[in-house]
Amino acid sequence: MTIQLTHFSAAFVFALFTSIVFGITHRETTRDMLRYGLYCFAMFLGGILVAGWAMWLVRR
Amino acid sequence: MAHSTPAKTRTAEPAQPTSMMSVIAPAVGWLIPGAGHIIQKRWIRGLLLLASIGSLFVLGLLMQGHIYKANGGDILDILGFIGDLGAGGLYITTLTMNWGQGAIAFAVADYGTKFMIVAGLLNFIAVADAYHIAIGKKP
Repeated sequence: MTIQLTHFSAAFVFALFTSIVFGITHRETTRDMLRYGLYCFAMFLGGILVAGWAMWLVRR
Repeated sequence: MAHSTPAKTRTAEPAQPTSMMSVIAPAVGWLIPGAGHIIQKRWIRGLLLLASIGSLFVLGLLMQGHIYKANGGDILDILGFIGDLGAGGLYITTLTMNWGQGAIAFAVADYGTKFMIVAGLLNFIAVADAYHIAIGKKP
């Protein structure tokens, strides 16, 4: 069995799972874990979108 | 010398007590991602770690990612092996079943390789976290 993710869905899944682990391991209280996890997720996805548009601009 | 700190005012860091849990939790956590937290009754954290690291590794495998074996060649191959090794039982199972040996034929398969390496590296962080909980450094 194999799966074929698109580039964005692969990046989304990566950002989701990595943010969960970062949130749990880098903060001490539940509230801080949640906030840091969401922050990491937003940064991952935001970084992907910015990098994607930057590459699109460079290519043109 | 006016700004030097007198030796008497320095306080030594208290030695962390070595308990059985501080040895078992990281070992079990390495073998099964999240188990180091679960045996310390951090159920939700442990299950979330298991789901996240396990999913990332299995997705990498399903995307036909490549698994690295122990090697003494290229530095990137060695680093890939160290990353994969962090996944513990998942890595051992994959090697035993001879999965993840195919040639990378498309870009997303290369993502799969990276997924598995990152899953291993994240498990190293989870192991360190389990140790910090065991020695009482983290609640």
